[in-house]
Amino acid sequence: MKRGCWERAVRCGCYAAGFWVVSGAVAVVGFAVRQGAPHVTPKLLFGGVSAREALFGGAPVFDGLWPAVVGTFYLVAGAVALAAPLGLATGIYLAEFSRGRLKEVLTVFFDVLAGVPSVVVGLFGFSVSLLLHKMVSPRLGPCLLVAAFSLMILVLPYVIRATQSALEGVPQEVRITALSLGADPVQNLAWVLIPHSFRGIASGLLLAVGRCAEDTAVILLTGVVVTAGVPRSLLDPFEALPFYIYYVSTQYASPEELERGFGAALILLGVSVSLFAVAYAVRRAVGHWALYRA
Amino acid sequence: MTRRERLTRKILGAATLCAAALPLSILIFMVVLARPLFSSFSVTDLLTGTWEPLQGRYGILPMMTASLLLALASLAVAFPVSLGCAGLIFGLAPPVVTVPLRRLVQLMTGFPTVVYGFVGVFVLVPAVRDLFQAGSGRCLLSALVPLSLMITPTMTLFFSDAFAAVPRPILLAATASGADPVQRFVWVVIPSARRGLAAGMVLSFGRAVGDTLIALMLAGNAARMPSGFLESSRTLTAHVALVIAADFQSLEFASIFVCGMVLYVLTSCAALCAWRMRAAAERYSG
Repeated sequence: MKRGCWERAVRCGCYAAGFWVVSGAVAVVGFAVRQGAPHVTPKLLFGGVSAREALFGGAPVFDGLWPAVVGTFYLVAGAVALAAPLGLATGIYLAEFSRGRLKEVLTVFFDVLAGVPSVVVGLFGFSVSLLLHKMVSPRLGPCLLVAAFSLMILVLPYVIRATQSALEGVPQEVRITALSLGADPVQNLAWVLIPHSFRGIASGLLLAVGRCAEDTAVILLTGVVVTAGVPRSLLDPFEALPFYIYYVSTQYASPEELERGFGAALILLGVSVSLFAVAYAVRRAVGHWALYRA
Repeated sequence: MTRRERLTRKILGAATLCAAALPLSILIFMVVLARPLFSSFSVTDLLTGTWEPLQGRYGILPMMTASLLLALASLAVAFPVSLGCAGLIFGLAPPVVTVPLRRLVQLMTGFPTVVYGFVGVFVLVPAVRDLFQAGSGRCLLSALVPLSLMITPTMTLFFSDAFAAVPRPILLAATASGADPVQRFVWVVIPSARRGLAAGMVLSFGRAVGDTLIALMLAGNAARMPSGFLESSRTLTAHVALVIAADFQSLEFASIFVCGMVLYVLTSCAALCAWRMRAAAERYSG
């Protein structure tokens, strides 16, 4: 009798834990949707300017989220453009060309890098910009380029890990088929192994995009500002969605600003969640279409 | 080895070298930029002193205490929750519950931290203020709830993986000797996955220590020794974000690099520990 009690208690505890997590998620999403949904309109993005003017006419937007959206987009594009080649190359090297002790040491290195807090990465980016300011040109300071570089450091371990484990997961029979038909290892890598692990790599890159879009601590230290307009060059300060949300929650000047903050939170949440959903779907989907390409 | 293969190898190796130089150069930058402070203060002064920049005292003990307190408390909340969720996902619940729960937990890993903080500011802070009459409501407790919620999904997924790695013969043996699912989970699965569980906890601790936005938005940021969970306090990460605006020549500015060093050392120790535990777990199961 006593034993049955005890087991029921464990089971109830597990369900309570599940309930706690679900209600936490519902609270976050529910609050963002309830407060943000009424404000997600073209006016939220473009303020008083018409969408066409802002998109094609180059009209500046002062009371909308458009510059922050564009800033975040540039930031993500820049960071991923930097992280993808380096991360892919490193992942391939770790999976295919390194053995034994060296591989172990390198893996630990990237584990450490993956654990470095984003504020420390931001601090590093900031000190790099100080260095550039002193050594290269006093006009340089925290800017879009430095922020993208720092975000690259933040997401590099994700790309490396995704590439490495996707390549290592290629089954042995696939690995040796092309070799036995006379392909050399480089051909095997380019035409068999990489296409075969395409899904894993793509899902890693999508997770990297999501991580870049949401991170606030790094850009907080590397050049984000409240009003900058749409960035005109890589060496300008910029606006970004996550920073705008942080800014609104600490010091909003008007109810309109608060409403824009709620809208921004909903947009960012939506973007991140859908990126993660797509990443998981890509990884899970069956059939290696990339294998039969070309 | 063909010429092309050698070339490919060289290019990839060079890229790997660049990538591997990054963690080292971060540490070197922190040390170099914190140096002005080390020439006038001893390391123990800095690590155990109080933060009174106007009196020329740049100790970071209050911030370290707040960081550790917050991280350990949120780990203490998140651990049983994650264990329960991972248990449900492992098979204590019917698939009708398991599959959506797993999806939800996966999606939750993508919730931006700044949104957790944002919701906390508008929902949790007023609630804490009214319930406990705690000043502005920005205190360790307000940061603790979203922080533990933030580390729960990754911890749950990590635990699920550790459970899934328990060898099947052990599970079958337990079932064959008459254990029901709950007994099997508590007495067989958890003990044999203990190394994986420990590694997951250590990694989550690193994440909790390293989080900036939740603490910055919700913990109140008063730079004094925390004496309870209803006190406004400042974590190391929030300290870095707050002091960055100071004068670049000042010692105050140099002191944030000491914070950066402490954070770096804490999280890399966590990563190393987790790696060793995982290596041990692999040897054990393989």
